[in-house]
Amino acid sequence: MSPEPILRLEGVSKYFGEFTALDNINLEIDEGEFLTIVGPSGSGKTTLIRILVGIEELSKGKIWLRDKRIEEMPANLRPTCMVFQSLALFPHRSVGENIEFPLKLRKQRPDDRKARAFELLDLLHLPRSFYQKRISECSGGERQRVALARALAFDPEILFFDEPLSALDFRLRKNLEKELKDLHQRTGKTFVYITHSLEEAMVMSDRIAIMRSGHFEQIAVADEIYARPISRFVAEFMGEVNLFSVKGDVSGNLVGTEIDIQTGRVGPDSAMRLGQGASATLMVRPESVHFLSEDSAADFVVGGVLQAEYALGSRTQYKIQADNGDELAVEKLREDRFPGKIGDRVRLGWNAEYAHMIMEE
Amino acid sequence: MGVVLLISFLAPLLVIAVFSVMPQKVFSLLHLPDFSSYKLVFTQGYIKSVVWSFGMALASTVMLFVICWPLAFGMAKVFKGFGLFITIAVVVTLFVSENIRLFGWVLTLMKGGLIEGHLRAWTGLTFEGALYNVPVIVFGLVYAYFPFMLFPLIQGIAMVPDDARQAAADLGASRWQIFYEVDLPLSAPGIVIGSLLSFVLAAGAMAESKLLGGQTVIVIADEIETAFTYGQNWPLGSALSIILILIIGALSIFGINRVNLDLIMGGRRS
Repeated sequence: MSPEPILRLEGVSKYFGEFTALDNINLEIDEGEFLTIVGPSGSGKTTLIRILVGIEELSKGKIWLRDKRIEEMPANLRPTCMVFQSLALFPHRSVGENIEFPLKLRKQRPDDRKARAFELLDLLHLPRSFYQKRISECSGGERQRVALARALAFDPEILFFDEPLSALDFRLRKNLEKELKDLHQRTGKTFVYITHSLEEAMVMSDRIAIMRSGHFEQIAVADEIYARPISRFVAEFMGEVNLFSVKGDVSGNLVGTEIDIQTGRVGPDSAMRLGQGASATLMVRPESVHFLSEDSAADFVVGGVLQAEYALGSRTQYKIQADNGDELAVEKLREDRFPGKIGDRVRLGWNAEYAHMIMEE
Repeated sequence: MGVVLLISFLAPLLVIAVFSVMPQKVFSLLHLPDFSSYKLVFTQGYIKSVVWSFGMALASTVMLFVICWPLAFGMAKVFKGFGLFITIAVVVTLFVSENIRLFGWVLTLMKGGLIEGHLRAWTGLTFEGALYNVPVIVFGLVYAYFPFMLFPLIQGIAMVPDDARQAAADLGASRWQIFYEVDLPLSAPGIVIGSLLSFVLAAGAMAESKLLGGQTVIVIADEIETAFTYGQNWPLGSALSIILILIIGALSIFGINRVNLDLIMGGRRS
């Protein structure tokens, strides 16, 4: 049995004058899950999260928190809390006072507040001496933790994050991503995180929702979205990808309309077939494409010339120019590097189980 | 630069300071100091004028804060083009001399003036006019120093980050709690500057009590002017001035030390 949704959105829309920021959003968030909403800037994800915490009003629609309608409830009465992109720490208060802020509002005794603040400092791996510290004396990463501690002190039913890590440098961000996931498991709370970084979403989330100009394009677990995107947009958003426009020939085999793809061993029951004249997009991730030797075969084969090689650390990426001029990307682990050199003719191939057909109208 | 400051600012202050310890009614600094003016100040009831001046200044400053806060908040955070309209409207009043504006209020409030005159003509009812009492003096101070509270407050409130207010609301703070916990402390530089300006100006003001208040209350600035002119007693006038300067100076230094003024000048909160 799937758990009851803790938050349910029905037909949530937001208009700014003529502009539709959110278009009829439906969403169910499960109790205890880590949902990440990913989208390019301007896709409406920040507007959505601000509506969910109550800072922004919606134009239309209903929001249930468990069985209670909350869309009319002001932010300060909602049992949810958000970590802001800017963190929004109070610069005139110490770290301890920031963390205790929600407890102070509830008129908790100073001793209890302090005890809770110390617990949270421990939980977030900050030394207890930080209690007295001024916000201006904290580094970027420390401020993140303070903001998180303050939000946890509120003890929200759902904790929202509005791209809080985006301003940090790479290594710190990677560490905090893992810590956040860890924290999610330890606290068991429902986390809703928004970001424009796919990698961040992949590392942390149970489910990912891809947002595009005010609506959800796809909501699924990370692997599903990566391997079986439902649109070109999602496919391209989820990292480097090779996309080919294809259509079915007389016998149902796929024929590239831009790149000459030879279909080899695709059986009649395969999903990799199209009715005659029907068109679709064939997707294959760069790591699933292989360099073929003269005598080896694959389900799909493309010929071309190796044009460039980029070292990505653990992997190497190759750009191959197909015979008609289009480019393909191939990625290999460092130890499987392609021995050839720039300008060599290559045969590329991949198998049907690593390919995916995007059927878009 | 230092020389200009010395001649134009510090030297007159020094002259006043020395005059204040000279014997009564002398017009030269070449006398033995006897501090008799200070004795006079404390025995002849001048302290009452000091108390009236500061009391009314305090009352007008508090009222200004209460009146200006919502307006300044609107202008800093809510109104867009309308804020500019209010700014211009307030600034334009400064183009007309304060005395003339106060005379306008005299004509409005006096018996037979704009209000009482119309009331009598339309209804037959009458009253004694609203002039010549302490509340109308405080009203005059509030009116005259309105811009000096309003504009610093706008500056101060503009420094309160929106997301800090939103975060406070998100963490459960009511409007009042946001005001008390976030708005007040974060706009403190603007509040302090606005309050100091209007308080200091009101404490040294004279026209309001003279024009609107008649002779109800003699304020300290009035006493100083009288001592220098009709009284022909420069040392007494100097002693009163020095007392005023000391009190105001102490208040200013106290106030300014409490806040980080760099912030309102565009400095960053580090």
